[in-house]
Amino acid sequence: MNKRKISRRTLLGGAATAAVMLFKSSYGRMIQTAIPESLYTDDPTKVVGPPPGAVGARSPFEHPVKKASDTSSRTPLQDLYGTITPADLHYERHHAGVPVIDPHKYELLIHGMVDKPMVFTLADLKRFPSVSRTCFLECSGNFRSNKETLTPQEICGLTSQSEWTGVMLTTLFREVGVQPRASWFLAEGGDAAVMTRSVPVRKAWDDAMIVYAQNGEAIRPEQGYPARLLLPGWEGNTNVKWLRRLELSDQPFMTREETSRYTYPVKDRIRQFSFEMDARSIITFPAFPQQVEKGWIEIRGIAWSGWGKIAQVEVSTNAGKTWQPARLQEPVLDKAHTAFRYLWQWNGETTEILSRATDETGYTQPTIQQLLNARGADMGGYHLNPVTAWVIQRDGKVLFRPEKWK
Amino acid sequence: MRLKTYIVLSYITLAACKPTTGSHTALLQDTGSWPASFHIGRRATLAEINALDIDIRPDGKGLPPGQGNALSGQTIYTAKCAACHGTGTAAMNVQLPGPALMNDSAGANRKKLRTIGNYWPYATTIFDYIRRSMPYNAPGTLTPDEVYSITAYLLYANRIIDQQTMMNAASLPAVEMPAKKLFIADDRQGGPEIR
Repeated sequence: MNKRKISRRTLLGGAATAAVMLFKSSYGRMIQTAIPESLYTDDPTKVVGPPPGAVGARSPFEHPVKKASDTSSRTPLQDLYGTITPADLHYERHHAGVPVIDPHKYELLIHGMVDKPMVFTLADLKRFPSVSRTCFLECSGNFRSNKETLTPQEICGLTSQSEWTGVMLTTLFREVGVQPRASWFLAEGGDAAVMTRSVPVRKAWDDAMIVYAQNGEAIRPEQGYPARLLLPGWEGNTNVKWLRRLELSDQPFMTREETSRYTYPVKDRIRQFSFEMDARSIITFPAFPQQVEKGWIEIRGIAWSGWGKIAQVEVSTNAGKTWQPARLQEPVLDKAHTAFRYLWQWNGETTEILSRATDETGYTQPTIQQLLNARGADMGGYHLNPVTAWVIQRDGKVLFRPEKWK
Repeated sequence: MRLKTYIVLSYITLAACKPTTGSHTALLQDTGSWPASFHIGRRATLAEINALDIDIRPDGKGLPPGQGNALSGQTIYTAKCAACHGTGTAAMNVQLPGPALMNDSAGANRKKLRTIGNYWPYATTIFDYIRRSMPYNAPGTLTPDEVYSITAYLLYANRIIDQQTMMNAASLPAVEMPAKKLFIADDRQGGPEIR
């Protein structure tokens, strides 16, 4: 790097060198960072740009950010294109902060109802036959609707999508010899909450993975570095991060996160072990706080289902009176965010636009009233996936239509 | 509580399956040519397992030796828990970092305040959760006697056991929680019905 720096000075000199931002990292290496917007010139054809660097950075004109609370951090759905969430914008939800785990000391223990209790290092996990899979991860407490001034990020930004790489859980279960009577396993994280969930073994035989990579690189600390459980389509909390232990059993363990949390009233009972995320969609454009103009508008959004593929997304531009099919972006993947688009000519009159998803099991995203009818007035905040509407005002301003039920 | 019964196939059967058409995106690997074992990883020792195996099942499996009752528990609760969770039995006007844990009567209206007394189905969960992750600022520092004591105090404060009853590996799993009867397994199964 030092050599490059000198050569650039020699070649460019003066003003151009001021645009090359080199600084010393905490490891003592010279690295390149983004060039501040203020240093851009009116005519980039007259200034040679910075040389190839070690790590890229976003354009200084782009500022997508997560929106953080004390307990979670939401993906800016309205700022994304396509279906992959950049790893640094993946939503976060953790129960005692993000642990720092040395990958060289990391171990995964699998024990309980197995023939051979075993320990796997991270290097061990990477040696097994590997698989990549693109799917969404969604927190099951992912619906807010209390006011008009909510963005898609604030309504349901606790969903994100990545290409995950790792080892099928069946591959490891095969190695340890899971006993036929084992019907549940405990997944335990190595964070300060030492968070645990019980998972039916059937999910392992279906499509569960232990993943160590996300979008082509090592998993980010916030997503479970160096390895996590991935249960495609199942509520985010069951996808235990910083995974340190799996224990096979013939019954669930009834941990705090599957009894007093992540359960919800349905009529006069409390529903437990509610794993799959039901089909859902959200229009991400146009959305609050955008303002649109009369004329052609491509309505854009994402749809997803934890039960399988999205079969159809319908859009209404007249407050739900009639519905038209939206175009789905191929390939439509199993248990994955699916981009949809609908071309609409807005006549400038006040209206409401809505979307509703249907998955391959024939389930259509419900209204809040349908959810209330099914679960009762005290239905709580988990697993809510209602159709939502954006109000387009005459002046082009877009507002969320709050759904009130409490 | 009634749980779904799942059909568990032996892994040998499934490992032999070829990828099939349908909703699963060619994830099942063709394992026909795989060896019986890759010989990757090492056998876990009993000491290694015991060092990590801290979970408590509803039947009490995993509970360590030790005991405590609500009298000793209240002192520890006041010192180590009350700063976040409060000491009262009603929701307070100030926002505390942790949720309220007690209600004035077992089975009290859970719409107003969800607590151990009206929402937690198993007493063993209290012990398991406190031991692994509390106090929030010093997780994993309580002794088994302290955890038994705090658990006993929380059960007492929720009007489930009396103040003198010792909680230990035998008595804790035997505590019947008022909310247990409310819990049902998920009955959603995919398909058109809204549940």
